[in-house]
Amino acid sequence: MADSKKTKRAPRERKRLAGRLKDLVTNWPLYILLVPGLLFVLIFSYGPMVGIVIAFEDFNPIQGLFGSPFVGFQNFQIFFEGQQWLQVTFNTFFLNALFIASGTVASLFIAILLTELGKSVLVRVVQTVVILPNFISWPIIAMIALVFLQSPQGVVDELMTRFHLPPTQFYSDPNVWPVTLMILNTWKGAGFGAIIYMASIMGIDKEMYEAARIDGATRMQMIFRITLPMLRPMIAILLLLSVGGMFKGNTDMIYSMVGNNSLLYSTTNVIDTYVFRNVLNGIGFGINGAVGLMQSLLGFALVLLMNWLAKKIDPDYALF
Amino acid sequence: MVVLEKGKFGVGKLLAYLVAILIGWACLYPVLLLLISSFTSEGSLLRYGYQFIPHKLSVLAYQSIFISNTVPQAYLVTVFFTVVGTILSLLITFLTAYPLSSNKLKNRQWVIMIFYFTMLFSGGLVPTYILITQYLQLANSIWVYIFPSLLNVWNMFVMMNYFRSIPSELYEAARTEGASELRILFGIVLPLSLPAIATIGLFYAVGYWGEWQQAALYMTNESLWSLQFLIMNLLQNISIAQSIAQAGFALASNTVSVAPADTVRLATAVVTMGPIVLLFPFLQRFFVTGLTVGAIKG
Repeated sequence: MADSKKTKRAPRERKRLAGRLKDLVTNWPLYILLVPGLLFVLIFSYGPMVGIVIAFEDFNPIQGLFGSPFVGFQNFQIFFEGQQWLQVTFNTFFLNALFIASGTVASLFIAILLTELGKSVLVRVVQTVVILPNFISWPIIAMIALVFLQSPQGVVDELMTRFHLPPTQFYSDPNVWPVTLMILNTWKGAGFGAIIYMASIMGIDKEMYEAARIDGATRMQMIFRITLPMLRPMIAILLLLSVGGMFKGNTDMIYSMVGNNSLLYSTTNVIDTYVFRNVLNGIGFGINGAVGLMQSLLGFALVLLMNWLAKKIDPDYALF
Repeated sequence: MVVLEKGKFGVGKLLAYLVAILIGWACLYPVLLLLISSFTSEGSLLRYGYQFIPHKLSVLAYQSIFISNTVPQAYLVTVFFTVVGTILSLLITFLTAYPLSSNKLKNRQWVIMIFYFTMLFSGGLVPTYILITQYLQLANSIWVYIFPSLLNVWNMFVMMNYFRSIPSELYEAARTEGASELRILFGIVLPLSLPAIATIGLFYAVGYWGEWQQAALYMTNESLWSLQFLIMNLLQNISIAQSIAQAGFALASNTVSVAPADTVRLATAVVTMGPIVLLFPFLQRFFVTGLTVGAIKG
């Protein structure tokens, strides 16, 4: 009896595989169109994955990928024995948490504020202006930050002198930077995020607000009892997606702002900038390969977890 | 959104308007201050700091930039790889998104997975660095700005979703008339998706314009620096700004007491930010629609 079940399953699966292979031939024009894209990801996305072996080697550019001596988990050991790993990992999580929290609150605030104010010229102007910072690159923002934070001469410095407060040496005091980076990150991203929330708010059924108005609800009550709860799935999904990225630091932002100013590393060095700076200086390829691998693996696991959670909230959330 | 009854203009609404204006101003003010400061004379910058209404105006910083070689060279390089990169990226994105949008492919889910996986997991910076420097020999080549960034998988999925929203009757009609896939792609899909192409093209262009990591990692040749990387060097190394400022100083040394090093930095930033900020009012509606489409598709 078991025999016939096995023989029934095998032909079906062989047929499916044959069908898939046959498809390559029948639809060959479409597959040809895919060749450039596939070639690209093969070289630039999957190619480096082969290089993951560096994490297990005492890598030497001369001996190359397959000539360098194999050292097992030694690179990981060295990283964890040093002082840096706790600091850069903490910074990565802490800064990301700050960014996510402040960004979500700011985006929601702007979105609700602008929708409540209705459709006027002012609102449309503000709506346009608010997404402008998102298209300004981090090096430029770093230049603008210099205008504000430079001590002496900077705008903040002048303000503090006027109010007889002791000036802050931004570029030599690491403790002010988590908040500073949070403010800059929010400045750049809040407007962009607000647009996404505004699109969702547009989709809320107007009749609910009508019913509430007839029942005598105030604007604030309507915001907190209707708008925010209706936005909860969207907020939750965006939050989960952001948390999925918690392991990735933002090299673009942090390196543009901090550069090689080692005074600020203690609060701003994240995993990515740590690896980036080492690669720039051409040191510790093996160790940095190990760090990068860990980051990718943990990040992957986290993203999978968060995607799965997001699907539970809204089954429609699926890329395909 | 339910608006207050006409005629009722309470304190609450006034406050809300004020906050909105404040937010808008907070977004604009830093950019404006940068602009104004770049036109401030170096002397008044050093004495009075960054004022919204400067004591003394000067275009010496801009003159310095255009006389010396550094900024125009970086501009040339950046414009080249932005234009070429955007065109190539749009082409490859377009070609890849179309087959994936078609239900005809039996292996569709598998191929999508091949692309999607690259968004979840990567080899990391070190293997990429080895790949680009040792195997692809792209160091100190202008193509290192373009090739690794050719296809953005997220952009490709957005375009793919857009193609799927085209009614399938159009595809069917064309296929029964015997049109080849290529003809369908360029004859039907292309004209219908111009707004999506424009939006994604803009996203790619802004991405290319902002590239600097490639310069930091792979360029020892200074004449191949991108504008953004030049900005970073101006920020971190005052001597670069000073050498540019010397050229302008030589021009005006009888009227000016100090070389415009600080203002040169600001002026370079303005000039780099320029195209995006200038084009922004005209292009912003593309960004907004692109965002909302992307958001709704998740």
